[in-house]
Amino acid sequence: MAFFLSLAALIPLDNPGHYIHWHFLDLSVANLIVVILMVCTFIAALLLPFPGRSRRKENR
Amino acid sequence: MSISEIDRQWTTRIRRRVEGKLPPEKLLPDTQPVYVSSWIYVFGVATLSALGIVIATGCILAIRGPQWWHGSPYGHFINSLHLWSVEIFFFTMVVHLWGKFAMAAWRGGRALTWMTGVVTFLASIATAFTGYVSQTNFDSQWISTQAKDGINATGAGSIFNVLNTGQMLMWHIVLLPLAAVVLTALHVILVRIKGVVPPFEEVTE
Repeated sequence: MAFFLSLAALIPLDNPGHYIHWHFLDLSVANLIVVILMVCTFIAALLLPFPGRSRRKENR
Repeated sequence: MSISEIDRQWTTRIRRRVEGKLPPEKLLPDTQPVYVSSWIYVFGVATLSALGIVIATGCILAIRGPQWWHGSPYGHFINSLHLWSVEIFFFTMVVHLWGKFAMAAWRGGRALTWMTGVVTFLASIATAFTGYVSQTNFDSQWISTQAKDGINATGAGSIFNVLNTGQMLMWHIVLLPLAAVVLTALHVILVRIKGVVPPFEEVTE
């Protein structure tokens, strides 16, 4: 329990969230991080080789 | 009963139609085409898995109630599992959507599959929104009061009152999950009937 409390203390959650303003866009930093992670996951899914793919192609 | 009478029965006709459209080997196939061996194809089933966790944890929360999920360590744990499985559900669903959009997954007579996916996405957003306003804490108070004007502006405020906790909870645990699950089942059945969309190069070969 103490471990999780000290882990939670690393990120201050009692303060107001940070926002990025760009023209009409108003985006929280937390949501921006999630969007960046989704884009990274999408690119990784396209580029990373799938286990066993070459073997399946040979058996085709 | 004669054979022609049996043939005319609605049960017989439906069974034959289902058997023709979705034979058992298509419903639960042994293999998939080689192009499915890509990470981009795993996000649909990842979304389904997250939905399973969302429903399971939601059922536990429904059994025990708000006092339990706010006031006990095990309740906090299940509540957090419910939240984080929803986060993973939307995360994987959006990557799935991007992947399918990039492959133009509506090709080959799959327009209905694409549209059921889109409507499922919208139903899921509504389900998540009613979940956020049903938390019974200051966060749900804040979200519901902020959303009230927005919903009123759509004209739906008189029948869909986000300040009515009971109504929002009913939408969240009965109507919208039912819609999301039925639409998801329909989406998966259509994927089984039509098959997974092939990449562009597979079609032009």
